[in-house]
Amino acid sequence: MDVFLAILASSVNTAIGPSAIVYALAASGLNVHYGYTGLLNFGQVGFMLMGAAGLAISVSIFEVPFFVGLLCGVLAAVLLALVLGAPTLRLRADYLAISTIAAAEILRFTSRSNTLAEFTGGPFGIPSQVGGAGFTQTWNAMNPIPPGRYSFGWLQFTHTRLWVVIVGWILVALVCLLIWSLMRSPWGRVVRSIREDEDAARALGKNVFAYKMQALILGGVLGGTAGMVLVLFQGSFFADGFRPELTFYAYTALIMGGAATIFGPVLGSLTFWFLLAVTERTLTLTGILPSGAGGATRLALVGLLLVILMVFRPQGILGNKREMVLDG
Amino acid sequence: MAEPTAAAAALADVTPEPGVSKPDPILVVDEVRRSFGGLTAVNVDHLEIQRGAITSLIGPNGAGKTTFFNLMTGFDRPDRGTWSFNGQPLANVPAHKVARLGMVRTFQLTKALTRLSVMENMLLGATQQRGERFLSALLPTIWSAQETEIRARADELLARFNMDYMRDELGGELSGGQRKLLEMARALMVEPEMVMLDEPMAGVNPALTQSLLTHVKDLPSFGMTVLFVEHDMDVVMDISDWVIVMAQGKIISEGPPAAVAADPQVIDAYIGEDHGDESRFTPTTLATTAAASTETVGRSPVLDDHEGPATGDVSAPSDDPDGESHA
Ligand SMILES: Nc1ncnc2c1ncn2[C@@H]1O[C@H](COP(=O)(O)OP(=O)(O)OP(=O)(O)O)[C@@H](O)[C@H]1O
Ligand SMILES: [Mg+2]
Repeated sequence: MDVFLAILASSVNTAIGPSAIVYALAASGLNVHYGYTGLLNFGQVGFMLMGAAGLAISVSIFEVPFFVGLLCGVLAAVLLALVLGAPTLRLRADYLAISTIAAAEILRFTSRSNTLAEFTGGPFGIPSQVGGAGFTQTWNAMNPIPPGRYSFGWLQFTHTRLWVVIVGWILVALVCLLIWSLMRSPWGRVVRSIREDEDAARALGKNVFAYKMQALILGGVLGGTAGMVLVLFQGSFFADGFRPELTFYAYTALIMGGAATIFGPVLGSLTFWFLLAVTERTLTLTGILPSGAGGATRLALVGLLLVILMVFRPQGILGNKREMVLDG
Repeated sequence: MAEPTAAAAALADVTPEPGVSKPDPILVVDEVRRSFGGLTAVNVDHLEIQRGAITSLIGPNGAGKTTFFNLMTGFDRPDRGTWSFNGQPLANVPAHKVARLGMVRTFQLTKALTRLSVMENMLLGATQQRGERFLSALLPTIWSAQETEIRARADELLARFNMDYMRDELGGELSGGQRKLLEMARALMVEPEMVMLDEPMAGVNPALTQSLLTHVKDLPSFGMTVLFVEHDMDVVMDISDWVIVMAQGKIISEGPPAAVAADPQVIDAYIGEDHGDESRFTPTTLATTAAASTETVGRSPVLDDHEGPATGDVSAPSDDPDGESHA
């Protein structure tokens, strides 16, 4: 019983932690792309990297003020959206998919290469290799919570983690509000019609390319924001923190929670991280596996749980069954 | 033709020959060619569409009718050629701008927006919506009044198409015929000057065809010009002021319905084609149709089903039929 409670408590702790926030933001971006507009972005991690690099490089290397650094992160994500969208959004959906997945990997390899190491810190990143801890210092200095450990029932935080978690979830709430207000508006209607059939939207006088570009930018900026939150709580930026599987975990969270719903991506990431934590802790705390050996097994188990969910609830936790049926 | 429409009267003095000039053309096409590999799908030297008239575009399968629609509306690009709508040249104008200029088309394969409700499908059609701009979308005060107006207009149109009880169904839940209705109603939400309907009646049951026809016939009274593609000769004879015949990409004949039906070139074009599903276009049925005109409408959409003299007085006037299904 004690073991069971311990597993549960520690899993809940993980589930509401910074990782879930990062994925909730990244998956909300994918929701705008894929869930609402029908754009296949398989390189969301590239947008995350751009946001993170924009913040870390501008603040730590070029020593711009922190808030200017945040703006640089956003602009870096916008830039990537423009570069990827301009040539591909007039073409079939698969071109965007291929370009995004390739671009994300190109960005990661470029960022870890030695050529750009004086800006990116190569494989070791910022601040390990180059630059000061500028971008996290300001962030931590802004923390109004006195140093110490805090616990609320099961939940336990250090002051730095609590700071990230509070700001992060407020950010997630604002993002949900933003997506909700956009999607209930005529703008959202046009975007959803493009998902259904872009020629129909065109025949009714909608500038499909412009809408797709706007959606790509919006979702990309949400990805960039996720990347910024990621490096802020990690306290460092390094290229290999942005591997391709991050995109697919974010998709997992999105599909699990329910695409084209406001809270789907959020609930999806909470569930995803909760399941990961539960399976790992169950395997290690019960002694089935030695501690530290749970990594691969837990992913396999989460995969199995996902398959089961998709069999019984293909539209995701919050998805609309009525719409799902029509999808086939 | 119950009573000659204003448009039919305006076209009365026009010589029925391919490429003839019309008194008040809204669409003028010159030297438009489109080929796919070795196949010339569209090859139109000159064509004018009369404003305010219902013009039908007929021709065997593969004649190039849909390709012609695609070219005119910016969904495809011709190899060469020019065309203008209301005097405005349209070559290289993207599809959405063509629609905004007032020329709206529907598709042969309907494009009901599956996961949008019928109402949302309709609302999408309205142009100049303030809430469709990204930043304004965030402030409902900017667009909610306009949204209410548009919704009222959509409700009106849905009622006209007897679809108001379905406003909350999803597009994908409609039947094939209902989708055709929805697509037409949605196109009208744009408030176009000209609608191009690609087989609006295909796959629709005869009773619903009648109700669709009534709507199409009404459109000129709302100031609209109609160009539509249709294979059903009964329908064509019933509602057109003017008929254009295409075969192998070319305009081979045009004129008032009766004159076109009697044109030996047209009959040749249909017989020359080896399409099984065009069997209804025999000289007999064409001539019959011309003679029978509206009497056949409302009874059967398939000409082969009824008998008639092999040749008939193509100009035989006819009274309005019983109108049984003109509900
Ligand atoms: N995208 C394309 N690629 C190659 N050939 C095409 C393409 N679109 C149309 N065609 C060819 O062009 C010709 C005209 O086709 P189109 O669809 O315009 O005919 P249609 O008159 O609309 O016929 P239907 O009455 O059967 O709808 C056909 O021979 C068709 O095979
Ligand atoms: Mg066609």
